[in-house]
Parts: sequence; C-alpha cells; structure tokens
Amino acid sequence: MRLALLSLLAPLAISAGSARAAETVKIGGVFSLTGNAAAYGAQQKAGVQLAVDEVNKGGKLPGVTLELVLDDDGTSRDQGITVFQRLINREKVSAIIGPTLSTTATAADPIAQASKVPVVAVSNTAPKGITDIGDYVWRVSLTEAQVIPAALALARQKLGFKTAALLYGNDDAFTKAGFDVMEAALKASGVQILGIQTFATRDRDFNAQLTALKDLKPDILLVSALVEQAGSIAVAARQLGYTGPIMGGNGFNSTKFIQLAGPAAEGVLVGTAWNRASQDPVNQAFIAAMKARGTDPDQFAAQAYTGVLVIADAIRQAGLKGGRDDIKAGFAKVKDLPTPLGKFSFLPNRDGNHPAAVQVVRGGKFEILQ
Amino acid sequence: MGQQIVNGLFLGSIYALFALGYTLVFGVLDILNLAHQAVFMLCAYVALLLVLHLHLPMFVAFPISVGVGGLVGLAVERLAFRPLRGRSDSNVTGLISSIALATILEALALQLFGPDVERFPFGIVPDRSLHLGNAVVSELQLVIIGIALSMLAALTFVLKRTALGRRIRAVAESPVAARILGVDVDRVIAASFFVSSALGAAAGVLFGLAFNSVSPDMGRTVELKGLAVIILGGMGSMPGAAIAGFALGLLEVFTVAKLGSSYRDAVAFGVLFLVLVIRPRGLLGAAALREA
Repeated sequence: MRLALLSLLAPLAISAGSARAAETVKIGGVFSLTGNAAAYGAQQKAGVQLAVDEVNKGGKLPGVTLELVLDDDGTSRDQGITVFQRLINREKVSAIIGPTLSTTATAADPIAQASKVPVVAVSNTAPKGITDIGDYVWRVSLTEAQVIPAALALARQKLGFKTAALLYGNDDAFTKAGFDVMEAALKASGVQILGIQTFATRDRDFNAQLTALKDLKPDILLVSALVEQAGSIAVAARQLGYTGPIMGGNGFNSTKFIQLAGPAAEGVLVGTAWNRASQDPVNQAFIAAMKARGTDPDQFAAQAYTGVLVIADAIRQAGLKGGRDDIKAGFAKVKDLPTPLGKFSFLPNRDGNHPAAVQVVRGGKFEILQ
Repeated sequence: MGQQIVNGLFLGSIYALFALGYTLVFGVLDILNLAHQAVFMLCAYVALLLVLHLHLPMFVAFPISVGVGGLVGLAVERLAFRPLRGRSDSNVTGLISSIALATILEALALQLFGPDVERFPFGIVPDRSLHLGNAVVSELQLVIIGIALSMLAALTFVLKRTALGRRIRAVAESPVAARILGVDVDRVIAASFFVSSALGAAAGVLFGLAFNSVSPDMGRTVELKGLAVIILGGMGSMPGAAIAGFALGLLEVFTVAKLGSSYRDAVAFGVLFLVLVIRPRGLLGAAALREA
C-alpha cells in the first residue's frame, strides 16, 4: 500500500525537484543523531555542514546554492523510512546523504530508489545489499571487501609477513564475511595460512584457540570479530605470550576496542578508509576547518564531507543542474575528484573507489601506519 | 600442550564453580533453578559498579557481591519457588517460573547497563604471571582455580559435618520426614538458595574478571555448560559436579586444539549424550544423588 502510494507520488516529486533546481538545490542528510549510533551521526552532521558551507561560499557551483535539510533516523529502521519519505515527498530534496547504518539503509534506500531520488551512502560498509538496491543508490564508503585486501597489502609492505593464522566468529554474518575477504586476500597474495580457528558470538574464552594458533608460530594473527570480543581476544593473546602483530577486521575499528583491550591494544593493526595523516592539501584543509569548528574529525566526518563534494561535482558535471536525474547522471562522470579520502571515483557497480590505509594503535590512540 | 592443560583446568574451574551452586539446589529441591545464570550475571555487575563507582578494591568488592548474590538467591526462592511449593506439579512450574525470573533479571540488566560489553578497570587485580615450562599461568587464573577447589572443600565440609548440612541432607532425603523431625524446611531451603546463589555470584565475578567482559547475556553460555556439567557429574552430586566441570573444560580445550574449534560443542555435548546413554546417573550419580 505504502509502496503503491509512493509510486503514485513519485512523478510529482521529480517534476517539483527539477523545477526548483536552477537556484537552490535541497540535499537531505539522514544520520543517526540519537540512539546507539549517535556517536557516528554527530561526526557525519558536522562533516556535511562544513562541506555545504564551503561549496556555497567557494562559488564552485555558479548560480547554484546547496540547502542542507538534516534529519535524525534515531538509529532505527522505522524512523529511517519515515524520514526518507518526509524528505522525498515533503521537502522535495534532490538527493539524500545517509543513512548512518547499513541495516537502516536496506530499509530506507528502496524508498528513494522507487521515487528515483539519488542516495549517497557515506558510512554503509556491508559488501552486499546496499548498491544492489538499485541504480539510484551510490556509495562513498569503502566496503570491508575493499578495505581489508588493501590494508593487508599495505601492512605486508611494512611487516613483510609470509605466514598467517586466522581467528573468526563463524556464527555472525559480519565477522564471517570479514574472514572470507581475509582468507581470499591472503591466498591471492601468496601468504601461507598456517591455521584457522573459530568461535561463537557468545564465547568469552578464547584461550584454547589462541594457544593452538600461537603454537603454529605465524608471522601475523588476523582476527575477524565484533568489538565486544575483539578486546578480549587481544588481551588473551598477549596474556598467552603471543608477541607477533595482530590485525583486525572492521570490528576493531572503534575506540571501544582500545577501551576494552587497554595495553593489549598497542600495536594492533586495522584497515581504514580514511588516511588521516595524508599530507594531501585537501585533507589537511578539511582537518583544519573541522577543528576550527570545534570537531576533531574521524573517518565518518571525512566520508560525509566527501559525500557532499561528490554531489556538488555531479551537479557541475550535469551542467549546473540539480534535478534528481541530473545528479544521478552526474555521478557517473565523477572521476579522480580530490577529497580528504584521496582521489575519488565511482566503480561501475556504483561503489566508491579511493585509496585505503592502515591504522595502528599507539599510546591508546589510532594512528596511521606510515 | 602444557598451556592447553592450564587453559582446560582454568575453564573447568569456572564451570565447576557455577555448577556447584546449581547442583546444590537441585540436590535439595529436585528443581533446576534456571535463574542461576541471571544471578551469575547480576553479581558480576554488582562487583563492577562497586569497583567503578565506589572505587572499592577487588578483595572488598568480591565478598560484597557474593553476599548480594546470596540475598538475590533468597529473593529468587521467595518469588519463584516458595509460592508454588506443595503443588503437585511444583517441579515443572518452579522450573518455568525460574526461567521467567531469569528473563526479568536479564531485561533489568539490559535496561540498567545497556547491551554493551563492559570490563573491570585495568590493574584491578595484579597482572602477574608464572611460567611453567612453556605454559603461562596468570595469578588470577591460579586464584580462580584455588577458589573453586576451596569452595568445593568448604561445601563438602558444610554438608557432611555441620548441623545445617545435616538438615539440608535431611530435607533432600524427604521434606516430610524432616518436618516431622522438627526441621524448619522452609529455612533450610532458603539457606541452600543463599549458599547456591552466593557460589553463582562468585563464579560470575571471577568470570567477568578472567575474560574481561561483563554483559547482560554473559550467563547464557555458562548456563548450558553448567547444565551439562551437573548431568555429567550426576545430578545433585558435589564432587561429581566438580570433576565433571574440570573434565568438560579439558575436553573442550583439547577438541579445539586437536580437531578445531568448530567441533568443540559437538564433541562436548556428544560425550554428554554418550554418558547419558551408557551411564544415565552420571559419573558420581545415584548413590550420591540423595546425599545432596
């Protein structure tokens, strides 16, 4: 019923959007400003606000002014759907950035697809099920399947490991997917896998698995786990006397991991989409501008900022037209756009493409492995 | 090899500690108290709060949480079991009402503390370890194994040698006969719940410390293993529960080491199944069953 109503409204919405596009282009920003993912949402909000202000002031789009319409998905699928409907039908936005979590995106993005409103995902990392929704869904954030192989290759340049042992949660889709990517990347690069061990989501004791893996004397230990277990695993590995490097999947990519693992987090490697330490002037200017506004930016801010730059470039590519289909057509022409994430382009499947980096925990903080 | 034996004994001592309290109530009441895992979880949080907010040292926070565990045990008995006692189907209804209580306590913890995993602050227990050959044993692990063994000894002593122990055994034998002989059955049952839940609380705090994680669902994994342990050991048997606890710990660890971790639970519960088929009363069951 809801869908039927939407498809009825969709043509109206498009014509309304295109008509206004010449002067002011409305961009919707849907982030988790409350709820569990609120920490990410706050960074994303700051990132898009900065980018919109810069685009408007910098005169990058002559005759076009971006207007940001922010809303909160409450870290909930239901609220995400409601907010998408409001932005599309009431606010008549030309494009939407967000939502924060992949699970919300799988619920809300189909509404935008049905209404032919382009969506830019800036933090969804699930390899499947996001850009698969349809040709109006595009993605800036690298997926796990993109970050892990790139990070492994970078780490291998620095550490020169030849053998590896793997530990992963085999009853969780996210950790299993991370493991699959790790295993494939290791095989492709000729690293010998000495042993693989598994655990279940509710396990808290990893001593037996870690002892078995440690006895194989691998050059590196790769772990795909949710953050709750990542901390315990790092602590137990160090307690058992494993001194080699540990590299985690995306589950480790959180300050919660450092909090749970404490001193055992030191030296742990994690792939990341944003090279914070990059000396690229675009990146340095972004960090300085964010700090001037009182926010120390993280990966989420950098990706959200990039999302706006990508939309602005799409409008430029489309001949300074900001209608829904103009922007969608413009996306395909975005190529080597300078962003804080590095040179950005879209892949044919509408996923983003830019360099990845490796972080290492030093002194209780993530630093870029140089 | 040596390290895996240490891992197994350590894991086993946690199982044993959890199962001792479980089997005590079972021996007395013939009822499984499925709220045991909720007490286990709740008291880990009690210790965490004492340490984080009142800045108490662990050796103070631990006995307090164990005491709180005992009191929660009294409440569990009052709320979930006493109102149903004397009914013809009280075994089944008691089991179900204890599941209900466990769910309520877990939901409460979820509301109060959120779903995130918390941990005790670093350095709350000394981070020293011993090297035995090529095996590493942390001081905390030794303390936990020690506590498990001494609790077993203390509990056996109480049951065999004290007046309370005699009353508990009398009630286990026959509540009616015990009542005729002047034993206050309700009090004895409450006392066993107190001791049982205090043991569960001790296991919870030590588990949280040992594995660096306290969360509302932490009791779930241990609950199933605890059930396996008391069945394996012979329902109601103290030494049986302890032996079975260590045996399950070692079995799990060696399955992981030799076959891989995916087979761990399959082997553990497969052995449990075999024991039930070949020796239905468990390792030390039957004769010990009525001794509580």
